[in-house]
Amino acid sequence: MAPSAAPVLEVHDVVKTYGGIHALNGVSLELLPGEVHCLAGENGSGKSTLIKIISGVEKPDSGTVVINGRTHRHLTTGDAIRSGIQVIYQDFSLFPNLSAAENIAMLSELADRRRISSRSRIRAAARRVVEDLGLRLDLDADVADLTVADRQLIAICRALVNDAKVLIMDEPTTALTHTEVERLFTIVRRLQERGVAVMFVSHKLDEVLEISQRVTVLRNGAQVASGAAADHTPRTIAKAMTGREVSDERLVGEVPPDAPVLLELDRLGRAGGFSDVSFALRAGEILGITGLLGSGRSEIAEAIFGIHPADSGTIRVAGTERRIRSIRDAVHAGIGYVPEDRLTQGLFLDVSIADNMIAASLDSYRARGGLLDRRRVRDSIADLFRRLRIQAPNVGAMVRSLSGGNAQRVVLAKWLDRKPAVLVLNGPTVGVDIGSKEEIIAILREQAAAGMGVIIISDDIPELVTACHRILIVHEGRVVSELTGDEVDAHEIQRRMAA
Amino acid sequence: MSGRLSRLRGPNNEGLLVAVILVVVVAMALSSPAFFTAGTFFALVRSSMVPLIFALGVLMVLISGGIDVSFPAIAIFAAYSTVKWVIGAGADPGPWVIIAIAMLVGAVLGLVNGVVIARFRLPTLIVTLGTQSIFKGVLISYIGSVYISAADLPDSVNALAGSHLLDVSGGGYLHFMIVPVVVVAVLVALLLSRTIFGRSIYAIGGDTEAARRVGIDVVRTQVWLYVLVGALAAFGGMLYVILGRNANPQSIVGTELDIIAAVVLGGASIFGGRGSVLGTVLGVVLVQLINNNLVLLGIPSTWQRAAVGILLLLGVGAQALGARRPNGHSVDVEPPLEREEVAA
Repeated sequence: MAPSAAPVLEVHDVVKTYGGIHALNGVSLELLPGEVHCLAGENGSGKSTLIKIISGVEKPDSGTVVINGRTHRHLTTGDAIRSGIQVIYQDFSLFPNLSAAENIAMLSELADRRRISSRSRIRAAARRVVEDLGLRLDLDADVADLTVADRQLIAICRALVNDAKVLIMDEPTTALTHTEVERLFTIVRRLQERGVAVMFVSHKLDEVLEISQRVTVLRNGAQVASGAAADHTPRTIAKAMTGREVSDERLVGEVPPDAPVLLELDRLGRAGGFSDVSFALRAGEILGITGLLGSGRSEIAEAIFGIHPADSGTIRVAGTERRIRSIRDAVHAGIGYVPEDRLTQGLFLDVSIADNMIAASLDSYRARGGLLDRRRVRDSIADLFRRLRIQAPNVGAMVRSLSGGNAQRVVLAKWLDRKPAVLVLNGPTVGVDIGSKEEIIAILREQAAAGMGVIIISDDIPELVTACHRILIVHEGRVVSELTGDEVDAHEIQRRMAA
Repeated sequence: MSGRLSRLRGPNNEGLLVAVILVVVVAMALSSPAFFTAGTFFALVRSSMVPLIFALGVLMVLISGGIDVSFPAIAIFAAYSTVKWVIGAGADPGPWVIIAIAMLVGAVLGLVNGVVIARFRLPTLIVTLGTQSIFKGVLISYIGSVYISAADLPDSVNALAGSHLLDVSGGGYLHFMIVPVVVVAVLVALLLSRTIFGRSIYAIGGDTEAARRVGIDVVRTQVWLYVLVGALAAFGGMLYVILGRNANPQSIVGTELDIIAAVVLGGASIFGGRGSVLGTVLGVVLVQLINNNLVLLGIPSTWQRAAVGILLLLGVGAQALGARRPNGHSVDVEPPLEREEVAA
């Protein structure tokens, strides 16, 4: 269905301030039926506030929200849901302890103000939506047992169970791999054909331009660009989002030919994960490892860091063979690791930035008598805080309060403080906005230039192309290709990954 | 674990519990012929009745993601004050009216818990620890601290206390109050599985923020939940008075951890969102079985507490292992998705 004239959702000149700071400063946009409208912006640009206002969670200071031609002055969450506005939150907001069917149908059961819950009615309602979208999902499974991608499909089904007119998807692709994103897009296009208006909130520029017809960019609460997606390129949107030229150029120096080998894997393997993986990483080198979901790319990293140790082959660090059976062994050998899920694996959320930074290197601050050398601790915290350009009021701020990009810098700081010979990063820029991404990569370049060996595990191919000297492609647990120098190219990687 | 085995095990380890209970029963029967009699069975039923009523309340609170330690205080407050008031008024409106009044008192006390917890979003353990002390203090200071014996109880209560549903030769009997207890258990089971209110309790226990976003009135649901749990506790308190033929303001309080242990043993998650009435019944039965009959196995009765503690650790351990099983250690380990490709 081609977008028809009357918009389903209009936002007029919305202003919202928190404690004198403009979270939104006169933002207007409209959504047509059957249109995908992308809302782009960095963390803190006001995207979330706008979603909250549209869904009735927050009230604007001024400005109006018009749904289906009706102006709402005091929109409540109930009004928004009844008017057909559905938000799919980044965390999906599902009930892990309930079945898929119940998760999907709960919303309509509540909206119908039911008192008695009927299993057959719930199943029928859930099945209708799922079949309607042509999906196959195990409706009886508990959501806790499903994959992230399936959970997202459940969240989409739930949003549609009550005939949503407007679907707002907050960062829907953050946790998905390339194939899963493609599948999501197929579904979004199908919704579009039925006249559902989709507001796609993202900071991944390629995706934005692939899926949407129109784009609105926010920066610091102000609307800095809006218009047809066809008029934009990743570069113009990135510039609008950050307010400066952002470079995604391939910027890799030469690794000196006489640089020492820091890490050497020889026919490393782990039953059920990967096998026969051999490579050497030299000082100053940034090595990328990529592959599809389940290819074994994460398992390789986890074996190097001793989380799930290898059961065959050898690991040599700086020329000496090391037995890495545990994380402790890896840390002693001089290996650092930034995990994929930094929020649960890499950080103490309710502890200050400062304490997080030195958490991995407390031993090195031991003064006489076993106490901490407070002065040295303070100095290195201040140094790291400055070097990594962490945006927070001070080093005492809780890590929980930080944006994705800043939290990632704290994890980096933690490992840089240990001064590892080799740093392995698994998905270093997942959930991080473009500006921060660029800076994190710049930090990694600096570290490499200073003689560290860096391994980046990622499925963000542009990021790998930007940063890596060399890229290994893993398929079904084996390294199937190696690209160096001029061979490193996004299309070439895509082609070889799919092969 | 194969599919059939995990089905037998049940969603909340109910199958495992049945197996443990069977093992304990067989062991006791083998070591003492006196165990396997109708008398022992009815005694077990009788001693399980009050704990089961309390456990049903605890179950609902646990499912909602909270923990309630004030129910014994509510129970004895409601039962004692109602009985004392009825005696003082010189009236005897019959046991069912007395129970109804006590449940109303319990509901009001539950309302206090609910309002504080839901409106101010305070941690349930701390709130109920506080209200437990308040309720107990008010009871002892303002309402009474004197033991009321069977002689002083209303005649109708004494009559009910002596009514048996079934007598067996050798002195065993099935108490009449088992009927309302079973009815309450069935009602709670239906409430939890077949009403939107019940499903909302599971939803809130699963993810409170998600419940709010999907349109559940979390505050209202929680307030009603604690009102209901208060009334249930009061019923348990009256049941205690009826079965024991006395009202002692110093009793019941102090039993909360045993009850919570039985519920957790019955598969309810201490983190909320999971639990069933069937599991709770089994958990209570197992704990009572141990409490009543451990001596038959030749284990000194001083070991009762330790035995319950060991069971609790085993139960929680089984839960933790069960929770770890379905999910691998990271997303990447999942096999490539092929089952639900979108049919174009």
